[in-house]
Amino acid sequence: MNATPKPTNGSWSPSLVAFFCNWCTYTAADLAGVSRMKYAPNIRTIRLMCSGRVDPQFILDAFSKGADGVLIGGCHPNDCHYAEGNYKCLRRFRLIKRMVADLGIEEQRLRLEWISAAEGEKVKTVVNEMVDQLKALGPLGIPKQFAEWDAEMTRLEHAAQTSQSAESEVAHA
Amino acid sequence: MYIPKKHEPVRIGFYICHCGVNIASMVDVKEVAKYVGTLPNVVVSRDYKYMCSDPGQEMIQQDIIENRLNRVVVAACSPMLHEQTFRKATEKAGINPFFFQMVNIREHDAWVHTDRLEATRKAMALARAAIQRVPLHKPLEVKKVAVHPNVLIVGGGIAGIHAALVLANAGKRVYLVERDPTIGGHMAKFDKTFPTLDCAMCVLSPKMAAVGSHPNITLWTYSEVAKVDGYVGNYKVVVRRKPRYVLEDLCTGCQECVEACVYKEPKFRDEFNLGLGKRKPIRLPFPQAIPPVTLIDPETCIELKSGKCKKTCLEACGDRKAIDFKQQEELREILVGTIIVATGYQIFDAKRTPYYGYGVYPNVYNALEVERLINASGPTNGELVMRNGQVPKKVAVIHCVGSRDENTNRWCSRVCCLYSLKLAHLIHERTNAEIVNFYIDMRTPGKGMEEFYNRLSEEGMMLVRGKVADVYPDPTDGTTGRLIVQAEDTLMSRILKIPVDMVVLSVGLEPHPDSDKIRRLFNMSCSSEGWFLERHPKLAPVSTFTDGIFLAGCCQGPKDIPDSVAQAGAAAAECFSLIDKGHIEQEPNTAFVVEKECSGCKSCIPLCPYTAISLLEDKKKAYINEALCKGCGTCVASCPSGSIVQNLFEDAEVFSEIEGLLAPVPV
Repeated sequence: MNATPKPTNGSWSPSLVAFFCNWCTYTAADLAGVSRMKYAPNIRTIRLMCSGRVDPQFILDAFSKGADGVLIGGCHPNDCHYAEGNYKCLRRFRLIKRMVADLGIEEQRLRLEWISAAEGEKVKTVVNEMVDQLKALGPLGIPKQFAEWDAEMTRLEHAAQTSQSAESEVAHA
Repeated sequence: MYIPKKHEPVRIGFYICHCGVNIASMVDVKEVAKYVGTLPNVVVSRDYKYMCSDPGQEMIQQDIIENRLNRVVVAACSPMLHEQTFRKATEKAGINPFFFQMVNIREHDAWVHTDRLEATRKAMALARAAIQRVPLHKPLEVKKVAVHPNVLIVGGGIAGIHAALVLANAGKRVYLVERDPTIGGHMAKFDKTFPTLDCAMCVLSPKMAAVGSHPNITLWTYSEVAKVDGYVGNYKVVVRRKPRYVLEDLCTGCQECVEACVYKEPKFRDEFNLGLGKRKPIRLPFPQAIPPVTLIDPETCIELKSGKCKKTCLEACGDRKAIDFKQQEELREILVGTIIVATGYQIFDAKRTPYYGYGVYPNVYNALEVERLINASGPTNGELVMRNGQVPKKVAVIHCVGSRDENTNRWCSRVCCLYSLKLAHLIHERTNAEIVNFYIDMRTPGKGMEEFYNRLSEEGMMLVRGKVADVYPDPTDGTTGRLIVQAEDTLMSRILKIPVDMVVLSVGLEPHPDSDKIRRLFNMSCSSEGWFLERHPKLAPVSTFTDGIFLAGCCQGPKDIPDSVAQAGAAAAECFSLIDKGHIEQEPNTAFVVEKECSGCKSCIPLCPYTAISLLEDKKKAYINEALCKGCGTCVASCPSGSIVQNLFEDAEVFSEIEGLLAPVPV
């Protein structure tokens, strides 16, 4: 309850995109709902059948479209509904984590958690914890950065074009 | 059935449910409906009090016809609850059910947030994600898979026995697998049952015998499930049959071999009597055991240990030739459509509460041991004599040992109050001993239970409300092993130190220590305590999260015999429901390879846990066998060329969902 953010009314509040597996973590989030546990409203969940379905592109795409954090939830090791999808997820997660760090995105913005169908409480604590961390980190702002880069590119292209046309004018003269 | 034409405009109908006040009190549903109405492709956007009700569904169907909708999005509860409802509703109105998408704004939104504005914003974002996703949906077909009519029941206690008989009597083939050498479970050890005080074995043994002789039941005792593969309707199960060194088909149960054993007197710890009695290496677990087949313990049999026995048992068996010292462990593979798990419980080990002196003072017994002591077929033939050979004159019964206790198990084991009363009554009846019951709260719910308690308390037993702190030897007593029970009588506010001859610990019920292994075998979930998790605590109490696997009896949580039997019947009915329907409908969320994009790199092949992917050697392209694919999507996420597509979870669909989630909302 403590971590539930106050109404934002225009001020910035982090957006957290979550990919939850159908069998464990999505069900755990349902359980949290049925048990009326309260957690931060910043989370937006996408249901997938298995954490193994989380394509690294989904994570990058979420960041690039404005997510301040990405949370992946899967079944505990050995509990995967599809035997081992969560291990495949973990393997990819380790790689993408390094890549994301190289892109300058803080480590805490990407998290993988094993949450079983019985652990509604864990959904609550993980989401609240992550939202608190994202608040401390501030906005990631990749779309804004992209917009700036695009503007710069346009400017450079424009400059290159004008200097080119100037050169050709010189040649003509 | 509606098949979309190419370039036909997408026409979405959006519906948001109030769910009474469940959603509407935390989410401004009108505002969400208004917002979604402004989104591209949305033709109608409505809110309604109960979307899942008949009028709610009819509203969707009418809109589909009148407004020529070809996509439907409903924002309501979890898809786990009503996705099927709305898919059916859309299908009835003539469009493919997979043109429907559900948005969870109850469990994932209204119920978990406290700020109405933020919850409304979230609902808008979630709705938008679905609105952006749904135009990409493709018409799909539900796969029908046949359900194998055979049933596997794991555990031969009263729950497993009852479920097996219900199914077998209706003509279904049942495999009943039991870990111990005989079926019967805990109930076979009890003397009488509460609240009727009828003899446990008298009601149980006819059912056991019926299982043993039933033509539709294959009974495999002394066996364990080793492996479970497959899915609902088609489980392939490997059962490990441990060697009992006596051939079941040939043994007649005459027990002449037991008589003839070179050990003239029983010498070894008798497991069935919890070590209170002795047995020989070859023995029948108890007289009414089913199957009535002896078995040899390899740990104590001279022949099996050293090969140097006179083998008098073999002689006694004679022409029947039922004894086979060379019998080996066997693996049997069976095909079943449904499985009932009824693996039961274990009693709490009272050594974990050392202050009660169990295992230290010989006159401290656990309740199950007392059941054996007063049972006519028990080690003392039903006479209650203690280890020192004396009959107790005063007995303390301590409730809640390993139940309702922060230090051991926190749950109430539900049966202990009643069986404590029962044991108190039976001990008094047999020995005329004075009985003192120490209880925390007297819990006697259920039909006839309170009356039972009233009746027994009027018999004159002493009831003390208070938790026993300590049990220690009476310092004034020399050799008889008399004990002092120290407790606070919380109703009288005084400390009691009561000398007694015998202490009975009413131990609680707890999950088997290997419940975690069993749960993994069947792909089930456990509660944090280790009880198997039912699909829904109220509405699906015998189903698990794995389709086709059901629960019965105490493996799901402590319960008494009538409740175990009722649950076993319910689990059997769930199996019937699947078997008699004949098929199950599978989500069409399988993956397929777009051949022209596949580079034939083979990286997907080892990733599939179901070996559904193979390489088409002629084309050098990957191929997914749809019948084997379970739809996890792991291969899809790993394909370097993006040439694998998962139905219902296509890359483009997820990307548009992400975009929709992160788009700015107007409030």
